[in-house]
Amino acid sequence: MYPADFRYTKDHEWIQVSGSTGTVGITDYAQHALGDVVFVQLPQTGAKLKAGAVLGTVESVKAVSEVFSPVSGEVTEVNSDLTDAPEKINQDPHRSAWLVKLKIENPKDVAALMDAKAYQEYVAEKEKEQTA
Amino acid sequence: MGAKMMNFGGWDMPVEYTGILAEHEAVRRRVGLFDVSHMGEIEIRGPRALDLVQHVSSNNAAKLAIGQAQYSGLMTPRGTFVDDLLVHKISDTHYFLCVNAGNQDRDYAHIAEHNKFGAEVENAGARYSQIAIQGPRALELLQRFTKVALAPITYYWFAFGDVSGVDCLIARTGYTGEDGFEIYFSPEHSEKMWNALMDAGQPLGVAACGLGARNTLRLEAGMALYGHEIDDTTTPWEANLAWICKVDKGEFLGRDVLMRQKEMGVQRILAGFEMNSRLIARDGYAVLDGTREVGSVTSGGPAPFLKKNIGFAYVPPKLSAPGTPIAISVRGETAPAKIVPAPFYKRAK
Repeated sequence: MYPADFRYTKDHEWIQVSGSTGTVGITDYAQHALGDVVFVQLPQTGAKLKAGAVLGTVESVKAVSEVFSPVSGEVTEVNSDLTDAPEKINQDPHRSAWLVKLKIENPKDVAALMDAKAYQEYVAEKEKEQTA
Repeated sequence: MGAKMMNFGGWDMPVEYTGILAEHEAVRRRVGLFDVSHMGEIEIRGPRALDLVQHVSSNNAAKLAIGQAQYSGLMTPRGTFVDDLLVHKISDTHYFLCVNAGNQDRDYAHIAEHNKFGAEVENAGARYSQIAIQGPRALELLQRFTKVALAPITYYWFAFGDVSGVDCLIARTGYTGEDGFEIYFSPEHSEKMWNALMDAGQPLGVAACGLGARNTLRLEAGMALYGHEIDDTTTPWEANLAWICKVDKGEFLGRDVLMRQKEMGVQRILAGFEMNSRLIARDGYAVLDGTREVGSVTSGGPAPFLKKNIGFAYVPPKLSAPGTPIAISVRGETAPAKIVPAPFYKRAK
């Protein structure tokens, strides 16, 4: 379910690294919790973000949810498909509904994130808490 | 049923089943089922039942025929809302009130406190479950379960009858802007009733609908939600509910204050708006005149059927005419919008 080559944050963002570029999105757990996504607000290319800073917002019918940058870096590309088709986030959160690509400032930031196995356990715990 | 649940005023309620957008569309195009058993019911009985109903409510219940219902406001002595509600006339000595879930005990206490007529007031919430069947195919679905002819029950009228072997009050009312029914019955039949309607509704494209869709549907249909458009600080004139405020009917709680306000005019009024960009105005966001905050959004969000972003806001009367451009602060960004007439959506007759 959660791609093995991604890293994950506690706020349910994922990052896929290729050299010094990272592709960032939100996870299937996040899209499911949000419900139908109706609007996405993303930064401009060139924006410089610190790890943990607000990268943008994903809005569902009922709520506004902030997305946080998993690492420090500069935005090199923004997924413009999401302007007219925000529902892609519900349909394909790990692939075609990526949010931004970043030039990663410090590769050490990535190593500090959860791997797929750790994230899977983290999510399983969260689900247990909710049904308790 | 795989619903996403939440705590709503002490009730464990489903927010959505298959998704708010899908459920919203099901109600507009086919039929949706809502378990609204959390709603409250108060029964008023006795020779002076009507006097009590008239005293505590804003609309004119004397105009009701047996079998007829009306939307009304439960009023404070200050002319503001304790709640909004439906008043059903069962007989000259028996009125059945449907009130909001979170307000039931407060409404009951309020009515009991002002009962100077010796009427019998019962907090009957525990004796009733309620299911709403809403949408163009609602009548078709419900008719399969009852011999009571549903077509002659016109909008805002009700009847008693057997539905699937269960005694029900069958009302042609709803909170969605579509045709439909709300049925009230004894709670031990809830599961059987729900399952029967869901099963029979499959070929009709029925969807189980939660509170999320309930909210998007009522907002699109221009209907108020207590705690948002109305509360104990708002009057019917401010809330654009003059049509349920019949000061000519005679004395009722808050009438003096309301007569004065009618004469002096209101300082703020509720208006519907539509966003001019993709930004969505949410509950509580400020309405701006330049950089000045002049009002606030009471309910805001996407309108799934109309494919716009809409909402209600309290604005100064001079900004309330349809077509007036306004601005709303969306998390620091100034988003353009314009006042539009409500309801935003009206079903085809």
